[in-house]
Amino acid sequence: MTRILMKGNEAIGAAAIKAGCRYFFGYPITPQNELPEFMSKEMPKVDGVYVQAESEVAAINMVYGAAGTGARVMTSSSSPGIALKQEGITYIAGAELPCVIVNISRGGPGLGGIQPSQADYFQSTRGGGNGDYRLLVYAPASLQEAVDLVIEAFDAADYYRNPVMVIGDGMIGQMMEPVEFREPATKRELPTKDWATTGTNSSRKPNIINSLALDPEELEKHNIKLDKKYKEMEEKEVRYEMYKMEDAEVVMVAYGTTARIAKNAVDALEKEGIKVGLIRPITLWPFPYKAFKEIPATAKALLSVEMSMGQMIDDVKIANEGRLPVEFYGRAGGMIPTPEAIAAKVKDILGGAK
Amino acid sequence: MLKDRRIRIIIGHYGSGKTEFAVNYAINLAKENKKIALADLDIVNPYFRSREKESLLEGYGIKVIASYIKGSGSDLPSVTGDVLGPLQDKSYDVILDVGGDAVGARALARYKEYWNPKDYDMFCVINANRGDTSTVEGVLQHIQSMENTSGAKVTGLINNTHLLRHTTVEEVIKGQELCSKVAGALNTPIKYITAIHEVAEKLPGNLEGTIMPIKMIMREEWM
Repeated sequence: MTRILMKGNEAIGAAAIKAGCRYFFGYPITPQNELPEFMSKEMPKVDGVYVQAESEVAAINMVYGAAGTGARVMTSSSSPGIALKQEGITYIAGAELPCVIVNISRGGPGLGGIQPSQADYFQSTRGGGNGDYRLLVYAPASLQEAVDLVIEAFDAADYYRNPVMVIGDGMIGQMMEPVEFREPATKRELPTKDWATTGTNSSRKPNIINSLALDPEELEKHNIKLDKKYKEMEEKEVRYEMYKMEDAEVVMVAYGTTARIAKNAVDALEKEGIKVGLIRPITLWPFPYKAFKEIPATAKALLSVEMSMGQMIDDVKIANEGRLPVEFYGRAGGMIPTPEAIAAKVKDILGGAK
Repeated sequence: MLKDRRIRIIIGHYGSGKTEFAVNYAINLAKENKKIALADLDIVNPYFRSREKESLLEGYGIKVIASYIKGSGSDLPSVTGDVLGPLQDKSYDVILDVGGDAVGARALARYKEYWNPKDYDMFCVINANRGDTSTVEGVLQHIQSMENTSGAKVTGLINNTHLLRHTTVEEVIKGQELCSKVAGALNTPIKYITAIHEVAEKLPGNLEGTIMPIKMIMREEWM
């Protein structure tokens, strides 16, 4: 298969269509605009449906409706737009419906700015919506990975009957890279959608899509059922990459675009004789806590590198279980860390340049 | 390059590499002691804009005209009145970096009165690896919509077929074949073939157009 050059937002849209997504409900916001624009152009070509909703809230509720019929459906937005969708997301999780939500995130809080940011880590992993629910959250670091994970996200959503989020900072949406479209790495046996509201044809009882359960005993049972599903995700869905961990003195933790920059810092430091490793979470939830068990005895500190004021660092601390000092380096508001600045922070941790 | 007309309008589909071409071209021209103004007229794209390289370009003595409100990261579709200055002042060589589609080209139409055929070139940057411009029909359609909106005519093609750092000689040749067909259909020459240095030096010498090795200035090292 030949590789073509695509912009991140287009590649994500093309991957969704490739995965059988035929319904897309969106609303414009920079830096994800090319994604709904792409879908508006491409969906009619595959007999799909594109609707530009009147708001983000409307769009996510259209997703709720389409997901209830068992259709493969996606929406996308950027940080404050995703904030608006939270009510719908928790309803969809509560009603156990599959869908894919893409967040091409930008600086915040509030309306923030349009430049890339990773300040939605809490929003995506700790739930912006109410109640005991979880999202499977994929954080690609390249456009090829974005394409692969979007395709996979639809299968994972169907398998677990749960919303799956793909989060990329603005850079992932805006940059260009060669991509190819291929089958998902994980083959899943997908259950039939016998819960979907597709019409009874007078041959079965009506299916009901609902997230309201007024009987506390019933709701607790539902919570326990959902929790079992989340436990299964924690067991089976954790993904991460380890980079140059052998004999590392400092282990960085970074995801998405920041992980690429961090890798450059790792390589530059290696040339200076300083051994640094990198843990790159590919799933933000479930977080790869187990990767931290493989940290070599040579490690003196952990360094969380983020495009935020420090959010993933909470998970790094949980994973660390108090063993090593946990340091932080971040840029925020749309500023992007440089490999040089990250390298300087590592040297600082190790007590000055060698 | 010195023979190109005073006003160079650089168009091309998103991802064709038009900004990369515009910036590299401006620097090359500045090295010839020309007085250059580079105007960023892209009113659509929020990222990877020539204005981001303002300080680098100013280091070469290039005047950078951007539509951003100073110091802000807004995506307001605004163009500054400063663009008129160098268009009128004939001591300037002007490079206009235009948005990637007909919507982006609307910013150009405002300067229609300056499209004197003796005074401007409009170069269309083509990357055969971009979906919308991978066929002759696609490129022709793109050029036609840009011409209709801007009121200017394409006077030369730039073969910038690439896959970023994965570009090979074969990719460039594939793009050259596409450009040749487009050139034939429009009766317009291929003016430049641009490629990263490692590839440019391996290209055969018999291709139409001047080989112009470029640096990836807009793309950060870590990308």
